[in-house]
This record gives sequence, structure tokens and C-alpha cells, in this order.
Amino acid sequence: MSATELAVGVAVLAVGTYLIRLAGPALRNRFEVSPRAAAVMDRGAIVLLVGVAITGALFVGQDLVGWARPAGVAVGVIAALCRAPIIVVVLLAAGTAAGLRACGVA
Amino acid sequence: MFIIVDMRSFWRTLDTATVRVVLVMSASVLVIGASYGVTAHAAGLTWWQIVIIATVVLAGSSEFVFVGILAGGGAPLLAALAGLLVNTRNFGYGLSVGRHLPRGLPMALGAHLINDETAVIVAGEPESRRARIAFFLCGAGILISWPLGSAIGAAIGELVADPEALGLDAAFPALLAALAVPALRDRGTLCAAAIGAVVAVAATPFLPAGLPILLALSGLAVVELMRRRARPQLRPANSDDDTCRLEHAR
Repeated sequence: MSATELAVGVAVLAVGTYLIRLAGPALRNRFEVSPRAAAVMDRGAIVLLVGVAITGALFVGQDLVGWARPAGVAVGVIAALCRAPIIVVVLLAAGTAAGLRACGVA
Repeated sequence: MFIIVDMRSFWRTLDTATVRVVLVMSASVLVIGASYGVTAHAAGLTWWQIVIIATVVLAGSSEFVFVGILAGGGAPLLAALAGLLVNTRNFGYGLSVGRHLPRGLPMALGAHLINDETAVIVAGEPESRRARIAFFLCGAGILISWPLGSAIGAAIGELVADPEALGLDAAFPALLAALAVPALRDRGTLCAAAIGAVVAVAATPFLPAGLPILLALSGLAVVELMRRRARPQLRPANSDDDTCRLEHAR
């Protein structure tokens, strides 16, 4: 891998990512969006986020992770459903996963 | 410029809960950034290359994919395309948060800050002005903590703190899910997200990273189709609830 090859790869990733990001607000601001369409777009963002969270909770790449991470995430989500503050959610999730790993659960 | 005007009433408008969320988020991103820095260093990148990539791409999961492919001996251009696929979801976030980024500087700068974290923080903030401030504050937090974390990871070349031993790999999905919870109290959104989650999980073992998350949007399409089909039945206006009930009935 030459330095030039790397630079081209980074440039493609950076510029491409920026254009993907810019396309959303550019389209959104170009057209009059009905309240219904706006609600669908907001819902779409939530659907994507939940997809990111759940695949992130269960997989590394294409393989399932062990039990510690999903268990930690589950405890965090339960805490959130009980309206726990965000710092408590994070600490419980991390603490559960770390604790399980310390006990030898992968 | 609107940013300057915003800054004046910045601290008045911003509630401490948002600041706290941004701080927790930035701290988590810093540690994950450090583990990325270690991975990237091990893949043969220098510290300044790692920091530049972290700053100009500013999309953690795609950078892990990019560096992972380089480490496996893959061509940088192919690694970039794989990373772009991971980042396609930002288009969906942009459609939603884009309403807070008017044309001009806010849109040009703000676009770079669109990511999981800013999307979820905006979703929890119905009031437009506060949503915009939360977006830029969170975006700035990520813009600082991700490259800084990667620099720390690259500089030491080995883990200060192993993110897995600290359980941070669990903290991040939990953080995203927790911040999405208020929006999920809407039944239509909950249905769409649940269907999407099942599809994404089922697809992940078979498809390249990024694609399964796009497929989650099929949940959105299903709920939308059900809503349209439910409408001619002259049910009350709040059709989302009906959509969900119909779904359960079938």
C-alpha cells in the first residue's frame, strides 16, 4: 500500500461521507416537506438508530458476540425504560458487561 | 451568522440534561476513539494519519471497517467503498436533522457533524431552537473527542484502558437505545423500529456492514403501507395506533 493509494482511499471515504451527509439537509431544505413526510423522516432516523444499537449490541462484524455485551445493553435499556438518568444507564450497561467479563463470561 | 446569535443565548437555552448527555457521550467516544487509534496504529498507520482520518471522516464505525480492511491487506479504495456503505445511514439522519440546518454555513458545517449521536440527541428534542443547539454542541463534542481519543490511542500504541474490560462496548449501544426510548413511545415508531431491528439482525451475518442497517428501513415501509391501507376504513385520525393494532391482529 503506497502513501498515494492510502491518500486516495481516505479522500474517497471522507468526501463521499461528507456528500452522503450533505444530501440529507440539502434535499430537506430544497422542498417543502409536509408534516406527515417530516414525521416519517424522523421515524426513519429512529429506525436506523435502533438498527445500529441492536446490531452493535449483538454482533462484531458478521459474528455474534458473547453474552456479556448483550446482557450489559439489556440492563442499560431496562434502566432507561425505568427513566433512569443517562449516566446511570451507561454505568449499569458498562458495569454489567465488565462484571460478567471479570467473572469469566465472554 | 446564526451561530454567533445562537451563542449569545446559548447557555440560557441549553438545559443541563443535554449538557450531561453530551459529556457522557463524548467521554464514551473518547475511549472508543482510543481503541480505534490502537487498532489503526497496529494496521501500520502513523499517528498523524490516524488523526487526519478521524477528523475528516468523523464516522467511527466506518473507520473501524476501513482500517480493518487495510490491516487485512485490502486495497485502500476498496476499504473506502466498504466504509462508505457503512455511512449511507447518515443520509437518513440528514433528512431528519436537516430541518435544523438552514442553507449556508449551518448546513455546510453541520453536515459534517451528522452521525448516530447527533441524530439521537435531536430526536429527543422537539423544540427547534434547542434541538439546533443540542445538535451543534453534541457535534462539537464528537469532533473533539473522537480525533483526540484516536490520537491518544495511536500515541501509546497499546490500550490505556481496554474498552471491553471496562464494558464500554455495551455502553454505547445502550446509550443510543436509551436516547431513542422517548421516541419509541409512539406506537407506529415502535412497530417500525421493531420490524427493522428483526430485519437488521437477520441480515447482519450475510451482508456487508452497513447494508443490514439500511434494510431496517423496511420496518418503516411496512408501517407506512399499513397506515395507508388502514386509512380508507374511516378510523379516527390518529392512524398510527390503528396501524399497530391491525398488525397485531393479523
